[in-house]
Amino acid sequence: MFNNLPFIAAAVIGGIGLTALLFRRNIIKMIMGVSLLEASVNLFLVTLGYRQGGIAPIFTNAPEGPMVLPTVQAMTLTNIVIGIATTALLLSFAMMIYRKYGTADAGSIRKLRG
Amino acid sequence: MTPGIIAQHAPALIIALPLFAAFATPLIGRYSRQARDAWIFAAMAATAAIAAVLAYQVYTVGTVVYAFGAAAPHIPLPIDSGGIPIRIIFTVDAMSAFMVVTAAISGFAVTLYSLISESKLTGRDGFYALLLLLITGILGMVCTGDLFNFFVFLELNSIAGAALIAYRNDKGVAIEAGLKYAFLCTIGGLFVIFATALLYGQYNALNIAMLASRIEFTMLDKVALVLLLAALAMKAGAVPLHFWTPDAYSMAPGSITALLVVASQAGLYGVFRVVFTLYSVTLDYFAVGWIIIVLGVLSMFIGVTMALVQKDVKRLMAYHAVSQTGYMLLGVGVGLAVLGQQGLMDAYGLVAMEGGIFHIINHAMYKGLLFLTAGAIFYRTGTRNLNRLGGLGHSMKWTMIFFIIGALAIAGIPPFNGFASKLMIYESVFLFNPLLAIIAMVVSILMLASFVKVFQSIFMGPRLPEYADVKEAPLPMLIGMGILAVVTVAFGLAPAWVVDQFVAPAAAALVNQSGYIASVLGGL
Amino acid sequence: MDILSTLDTGHGIWNPVVWLLAAGIAAVIAYLIWAYGESGYKRGTEQTKPFLSGNAEPEKGDVHVRGSHLYWGFTEALKGYFDRIVPLHTGVLNDYTLWFLGTTALILVMVGLI
Repeated sequence: MFNNLPFIAAAVIGGIGLTALLFRRNIIKMIMGVSLLEASVNLFLVTLGYRQGGIAPIFTNAPEGPMVLPTVQAMTLTNIVIGIATTALLLSFAMMIYRKYGTADAGSIRKLRG
Repeated sequence: MTPGIIAQHAPALIIALPLFAAFATPLIGRYSRQARDAWIFAAMAATAAIAAVLAYQVYTVGTVVYAFGAAAPHIPLPIDSGGIPIRIIFTVDAMSAFMVVTAAISGFAVTLYSLISESKLTGRDGFYALLLLLITGILGMVCTGDLFNFFVFLELNSIAGAALIAYRNDKGVAIEAGLKYAFLCTIGGLFVIFATALLYGQYNALNIAMLASRIEFTMLDKVALVLLLAALAMKAGAVPLHFWTPDAYSMAPGSITALLVVASQAGLYGVFRVVFTLYSVTLDYFAVGWIIIVLGVLSMFIGVTMALVQKDVKRLMAYHAVSQTGYMLLGVGVGLAVLGQQGLMDAYGLVAMEGGIFHIINHAMYKGLLFLTAGAIFYRTGTRNLNRLGGLGHSMKWTMIFFIIGALAIAGIPPFNGFASKLMIYESVFLFNPLLAIIAMVVSILMLASFVKVFQSIFMGPRLPEYADVKEAPLPMLIGMGILAVVTVAFGLAPAWVVDQFVAPAAAALVNQSGYIASVLGGL
Repeated sequence: MDILSTLDTGHGIWNPVVWLLAAGIAAVIAYLIWAYGESGYKRGTEQTKPFLSGNAEPEKGDVHVRGSHLYWGFTEALKGYFDRIVPLHTGVLNDYTLWFLGTTALILVMVGLI
């Protein structure tokens, strides 16, 4: 149970993110939802590679003992970078939409429909 | 010596070249506009040439494997690794090569076209840089043999695509489309990486071939499959995940829409790669096959009926793109549903898959052509509203001819290429389930009906006073359309040759999972 | 010439060259029948003007049938279908996300249970 706590946390964070995406009409809050979802995936990735009592996977002068998995950490880093790019893009869209439409409410941003 | 090196490193160059060109574009654009345009054209032409070299290698020699950073790039497994691929590996098999060719032709035509269509507008440095990045994303997605790498290129594709959709903001409406696309693609991308994590957690590998050799279809694998399937089907624009498609396709600049079609098809390629290569017979092919078939039928029918009531010409065409995606899903879904049964596979499964895959390139060509003609009409008249257009056949004759070619091809009228691939789908699907074939034919008739509507309302009728001074589209735009039109007609006239040379190997490569695994991990 | 060979579609065959030859022959026959007819068309006479029960000819822009008038009957006949399907495309981002997640969940149930 205790060892699974990070996975549970990832699930909870992801759940909050999805809830925000589905039930919050404000675009900024929806972008927060996306960020939470991304954080949940990152937490899941890092937890996946964690080994009990493991050290950082740097082989030079490494002491004996288990190491945490490096691949998932590389994936997490990449995902964080991509996450910054998407969040920046989404936020700039939100900003420009607010300028043009005068609202950040997803229910009102619907000139394209049908 | 140099040609040898280019041939050897073609899988790396096909990514590196457009990527480098994209980031160099704004730099060159600071100094000279002509130099920048020439640079973009040269970069795209070189990318297309490398794509041709790569495809030639794949079709003559066999699957090309390229390990990044290895001492010898064609040896994916380091000697001391114990048979585990540890590098990022590109695995270009016949299916990938097929998609590379599609993307290269489309990308080349679009680049040529957009050099003129954007020439009056501002901010072109960024536009062309994003265009090249989008092409990089597409090529990367279809070439990579690594699931995480696939995700990275998927995100590159999505971000560049979203930025390009919103590039001409059009009182904010285009930004709305870009926002919706970016949102859905980001969520889809997170699904993909979560699925990747699930697979990595179980099998300790990211390489698709390695995963495929170990996969067991546990409960977690099922979850991963569904996440990948849903995210990539969303990217491909299958109903009921298609909602972004009409928004994005209608608001993006004409040239970009033609490329977004290919970007969507890279998502479709992802679906096929996942179900055929990654899971193959371990999954419940009958159930998953039927899920894909149902998605396909829904896409076909809802897409085309929604298209009939549209007033915006590009929105109408966007719904057609949804509908066409349905054909590909239907054809390949039928192939998947009979995957385990060799007798049925030989009887009609493989033909259905070939039809579906042939339809991918056909669709990229004629749909791209149609979007480019719509872009040309918008370029000259400034409107996309079918209720306001009319009588352009008098002044834009070449555009009209290209439109007719594209419209007849998409409606499946002989002797154009759409007919050949649709015929393959109809006849093989009829053997699988007659009802599906009948739906497909009805959809095709409705498609013709709605293109009659577009043709009548744009080109027919007397010359309207408000468009009295409209001229023919400029030459490079016509050349861009012409390339796609020539390919459309050529594929229509020699369907058997295309199917034999390009499509059948691609379908065979998809079905042949062990061949894919062996190309990376060595003989099994 | 294998470039122009016949495509085997599993259940039948398709050869565009043969089709084009047949179409060409049909066109020649059609032309012969047409040429056999009586030519009574005289350019620039009363004959070429539209006759609308003696009313004046309307402006050029007015006689063009605009886009949304085409297939009016078709859409009217299928009103029940279109009234359901068109409003589904609400344009609200939350709904699109819901469709996406809902479909994912549905596929998950189908794959997971079967």
